[in-house]
Amino acid sequence: MSAKRIVVVSSGLSTPSSTRQLADRLTSDAVDVLRERGVEAEVRTVELRDLAHDITNHLLTGFAPPKLQEVLDELATADGLIAVTPIFSTSYAGLFKSFIDVIDPQSLTDLPVLIGATGGTPRHSLAIDYAIRPLFTYLHAIPVTTGVFAATGDWGGGGDGVRSLPERIFRGAREFAELVERTDRSERVNDPFSLDRPMGHLLGGLAGE
Amino acid sequence: MQFGIFTVSDITEDPTTGRTPSEAERIQATLTIAKHAEEVGLDVFALGEHHNPPFWSSSPTTTLAYIAGQTSTLQLSTATTLITTNDPVKLAEDYAMLQHVSGGRADLMIGRGNTGPVYPWFGKDIRQGLPIAIESYELLHRLWREDVVDWSGKFRTPLQGFTSTPRPLDGVPPFVWHGSIRTPEIAEQAAFYGDGFFANHIFWPASHTQRMIALYRQRFEHHGHGTAAQAIVGLGGQVFMRKNSQDAVNEFRPYFDNAPVYGHGPSMEDFTQQTPLTVGSPQEVIDKTLGFRDYVGDYQRQLWLIDHAGLPLKTVLEQLDLLGEEVVPVLRREFAKNRPADVPDAPTHASLVKAKYGDGAPRQATPRANRGDNLTAGSPYQDAEGGTAPGRGAAFGLASAGTAGAR
Repeated sequence: MSAKRIVVVSSGLSTPSSTRQLADRLTSDAVDVLRERGVEAEVRTVELRDLAHDITNHLLTGFAPPKLQEVLDELATADGLIAVTPIFSTSYAGLFKSFIDVIDPQSLTDLPVLIGATGGTPRHSLAIDYAIRPLFTYLHAIPVTTGVFAATGDWGGGGDGVRSLPERIFRGAREFAELVERTDRSERVNDPFSLDRPMGHLLGGLAGE
Repeated sequence: MQFGIFTVSDITEDPTTGRTPSEAERIQATLTIAKHAEEVGLDVFALGEHHNPPFWSSSPTTTLAYIAGQTSTLQLSTATTLITTNDPVKLAEDYAMLQHVSGGRADLMIGRGNTGPVYPWFGKDIRQGLPIAIESYELLHRLWREDVVDWSGKFRTPLQGFTSTPRPLDGVPPFVWHGSIRTPEIAEQAAFYGDGFFANHIFWPASHTQRMIALYRQRFEHHGHGTAAQAIVGLGGQVFMRKNSQDAVNEFRPYFDNAPVYGHGPSMEDFTQQTPLTVGSPQEVIDKTLGFRDYVGDYQRQLWLIDHAGLPLKTVLEQLDLLGEEVVPVLRREFAKNRPADVPDAPTHASLVKAKYGDGAPRQATPRANRGDNLTAGSPYQDAEGGTAPGRGAAFGLASAGTAGAR
């Protein structure tokens, strides 16, 4: 079996960012779980900050500059997406949503997704379930049931002492790895210029095709 | 090969002066631009269609008919004609009329339109855009080729015994191009009918245009209209020129930075690199345009956008002078080099008449007196092909016989 291809999208704005840190932890656990199951994974990590201008230009012009196009192409044929965003004003970061908005709505279909989010306090943790999860459901992607929220306190002693952040990360990563192992997305042919319906079908069979 | 300009008919503030022309001023300016296009030796003027401000071109055939009266060689076209929200019956009538008054200098480019509210304003659903485009064009195609049409479909009231008048000039329908940025089905539609395919090209990377054209060429051959290399391809382009490259860059930048569609987005340098936009000297335009052939093959029509984003009339006329004096003569010469002999030119009325009738006399449609009996008494035209005399043939017989083999 060829290696599974995982795209990691982090939309933290500062450097270094705890959003990126959470993304890396989720990735590391997911890759470990896959490896234990004998599955190799190729990981491509994307910092949306680096693509911020390209994303805006795409919104304005209708086409992606080359660097962004490359990421969109990888997503369209990925076996899994680890998506991590800070929570701003009760929802995903604007940059994160702008990125989602330039993705072809069909291109995430059947894609396993592991959602992560960061915020100042755990009071924002439900944003994963009321804001981010519906977004991926709408796009016919498959977000795993565990979403991982890391509040600032989780990085020290002030986090959840019963279900610690590493435990939640592992649980989400395991659910994600199971779906990634099973999907065949990266082997599917994906051609935006393919002709699903030749003219005979478009005209209702008049041409006898 | 044909060279020309196309305009979207935007009325935009000149960012260097803060002044916005009136509708009347911009309409007159466009008429001047069209006439000057012929004066400097360009071949084609194509006009967009919009139904909302800040655009003025809601009635392209009216405008093009006037331009036809003011010019003698200029080919008049559209960019694009909305096949989704216009009634195909009215399109058949309007463009046949334009063909007659222009002496066969009219063709048109069919498109779907991307202004959402136009669909509901004209009673259509944008989600049905593609099925409407397919059905409506099939009807338009028949109306120009069959004197009497019986038709029913999903998106328009049915027709029984309908004749679109006037019949196309010399019995030859206007040539049709199909314009699409990203829909493979439209490339397929163009290929199916053996029509032309026009790639807007100006807002998209070359790799995208290359794939669309390749699909169209392959399907053109599949549908039996000739080899892939013989398919009829048109490309858009966008230029701003001054003798000195840096002068062009400095002068155009405020227009670029504030332009509708892409303004306040990418830098002019990035956009120039990623799309066919050329801002520079005539030689740079020549070099970039010649490069188009490398990825779409030998093609038939090149149109440039030169009058948008608030550029003043005087500047636009200067752009036309540069195109006519320095750019197009070189392009004609260079594109002719190594062009295979069996790659056709863009069809014109003369070439289509020749293809249909050879050296014979073309059809001159001549109606009979109207007896209101198209359905039962044969053709409404004295010269109908197949020549059935009036009063012969069963009910519906002629109309349906006329359908067979018409394509």
